[in-house]
Amino acid sequence: MTITGADILVRCLQDEGIEHIFGYPGGAALHIYDAIYKQDQVKHILVRHEQGATHAADGYARSTGKPGVVLVTSGPGVTNTITGIATAYMDSIPMVVICGQVPSGLIGDDAFQEVDTVGITRPCVKHNFLVKDVNDIASTMKKAFHIAMSGRPGPVVVDVPKDITAEQTEYSYPDSVSMRSYQPNTKGNPKQITKGVDLLLSAKKPIIYTGGGVVIGNASEQLRELVSLLKYPSTSTLMGLGAIPASDPDFLGMLGMHGTYEANMAMHDCDVMIAIGARFDDRVTGDLEKFSPDTRIVQIDIDPSSIGKNVKVEVPIVGDCAEVLAAMSKELAGRLDEIDRPAINQWWNLVSEWRSIDSLAYNPSDDVIKPQFVVEKALELTNGNAYITSDVGQHQMWAAQYYTFENPRRWINSGGLGTMGFGLPAAIGVQLAHPDETVVCITGDASIIMCIQELSTCLQYGLPIKVLNLNNRYMGMVRQWQEFFYDRRYSHSYMDALPDFVSLAESFGHVGMRVEKPQDVEVALKEAFEMKDRLVFIDVMTDHTENVYPMIAAGKGHNEMVLKPGCGKDQQERELA
Amino acid sequence: MRRIISVLLENEAGALSRVAGLFSARGYNIESLTVAPTDDPSLSRMTIVTRGTDAIIEQITKQLNKLVDVVKLIDLTEGAHIERELMLVKVTVTASNSEQREEVARLIGIFRGRIIDVTELTYTLEMTGSTSKADAFLDALSQVEIIEVVRSGVSGIGRGKRALKA
Repeated sequence: MTITGADILVRCLQDEGIEHIFGYPGGAALHIYDAIYKQDQVKHILVRHEQGATHAADGYARSTGKPGVVLVTSGPGVTNTITGIATAYMDSIPMVVICGQVPSGLIGDDAFQEVDTVGITRPCVKHNFLVKDVNDIASTMKKAFHIAMSGRPGPVVVDVPKDITAEQTEYSYPDSVSMRSYQPNTKGNPKQITKGVDLLLSAKKPIIYTGGGVVIGNASEQLRELVSLLKYPSTSTLMGLGAIPASDPDFLGMLGMHGTYEANMAMHDCDVMIAIGARFDDRVTGDLEKFSPDTRIVQIDIDPSSIGKNVKVEVPIVGDCAEVLAAMSKELAGRLDEIDRPAINQWWNLVSEWRSIDSLAYNPSDDVIKPQFVVEKALELTNGNAYITSDVGQHQMWAAQYYTFENPRRWINSGGLGTMGFGLPAAIGVQLAHPDETVVCITGDASIIMCIQELSTCLQYGLPIKVLNLNNRYMGMVRQWQEFFYDRRYSHSYMDALPDFVSLAESFGHVGMRVEKPQDVEVALKEAFEMKDRLVFIDVMTDHTENVYPMIAAGKGHNEMVLKPGCGKDQQERELA
Repeated sequence: MRRIISVLLENEAGALSRVAGLFSARGYNIESLTVAPTDDPSLSRMTIVTRGTDAIIEQITKQLNKLVDVVKLIDLTEGAHIERELMLVKVTVTASNSEQREEVARLIGIFRGRIIDVTELTYTLEMTGSTSKADAFLDALSQVEIIEVVRSGVSGIGRGKRALKA
């Protein structure tokens, strides 16, 4: 029996086990939308802007480990997805984006709603395809999911001209896929693993530095085992939070530009570093010239091009984090007596001194709401079990610093691309995947406006997301940089003419709340979290002068952090460092 | 330093633009790039001449390998290899100036090239060889008025048993 290309696309999704797709219809995608209509296995979530579809699919993928799927039409449908695709690409998120295209015969004619989809998406996808024959749809879709999910995951675009979706052929979905040009290596080289173990055991001042690759690679369990064997100080990037429980005494908190004093100082002073699924991003390393001058590095990554890209690596191990870590722990377990415990204890003493500075302490207030306090209250009231999405800026850093994550895939944010507008649509994907869990979008008054239209999607699908808007009437992080580095010339960072978020939320059919006093925060949050079936938009008026500390300014090293003014003993402790 | 990287890639639409896009996106330098299908029509072979420090060349090879269309690659300059490019040069040599015509014919002989077209006013010369030989030939022609130069860019192959096969 023959069926249309559009039906084949949908059958592929069914056979791939896809439950939800996120999209927006249009001319070139109409055959596909008709095929969606005729079945109910794959549920389509109608967003209000294609950027929202990509972020929602992204949040879905990050919180589940399954691929996120997007369906859009040609032209503007595609161009609107670019930010979301680039966001997923930078953070290695598996995603398949199906795009309608103008009919084959019109390609290149500047047809209505035509854009060179393959060309325009090429720099921000792992791979892309233009399907030219209805007989190629099923094999292309199989390849698309295989490429998106395997190796270092990433977004894959499948561009399908409208005529191809109308043509008919027999359908059969391939069981497996084999590509001579694409065979990612997952098993680490055993000799390299032994070399890595040797180096780790020789350390006197070690650090375990982990990143998003541990979360994406489902290697949290294996990482925890390694940390429990070694008992070395451990730190994580923004993207890796939750892989090691924040409450683990070996965990020093996040590192990098707004990381903790102890994490950054330990990175600077260490003699052996093991980087696991982390790519030495500039927000992590600070000035590379000053980066960890005396360290010898073991790096585990599934992407060979991530190894040795920014810093010299002594023991590169290409492979899947979970497999390599398991092999390492196995070897380590029999050699633990080789660890120089007295030296490690001495190192821990130094690290504990750094830790005692309490670099995340902030000055509480009875008059004005401190944003850190709001995040702490949210943590307390959700018992640390919520899924947290965020946008980009100060609120993102405070969420990362004060919402302490005990488990992976709970912290959903745009780390690499730093996409404002990510949080709310991402929360849609997370809430759909986890209907009974608390999903909180911690956002700011500037970011939330960027994809505010998705409040409408939330109503349509009854998604009880809690939007926690840390409203400081500024683009806070821009304002902070202008305060520090531009002599307080606040150029265009003030959010003039903000909407009344409470009535805005209400007009979208949701519950709106405003909190203006520190004493009211707890009550309001409690009330909001108790409304299990409603989206609640909590507009919290926070201290607009608050800055994110500690901070490594651009061009500075890990040992040149700026601590909060008057933060305890900062002066004295810095001398000690 | 100068490197010659040979790449086997799927002979598919867009494969060339992925490679070219990679070089421009990451700010790598391309001195020349040649590409054509191989004896296996499903595969193209590309020769890229580039320059960079060891660290940059390492990144270039890793990034190329990461492209889904790339099957295999080697850095030819890491071992014994042969490089050739084809150069066509059109020069002004009038029939009346027999001395100049003889000089050009003698030069092309030294460089083991050929005269492939002759008109009343011009010679068109063909020469193959390494990039440095082609450069030297152009230098040798300095006394003659060059109308145009067409160079194919480098194609390379390993010496002996060294081969790049899928």
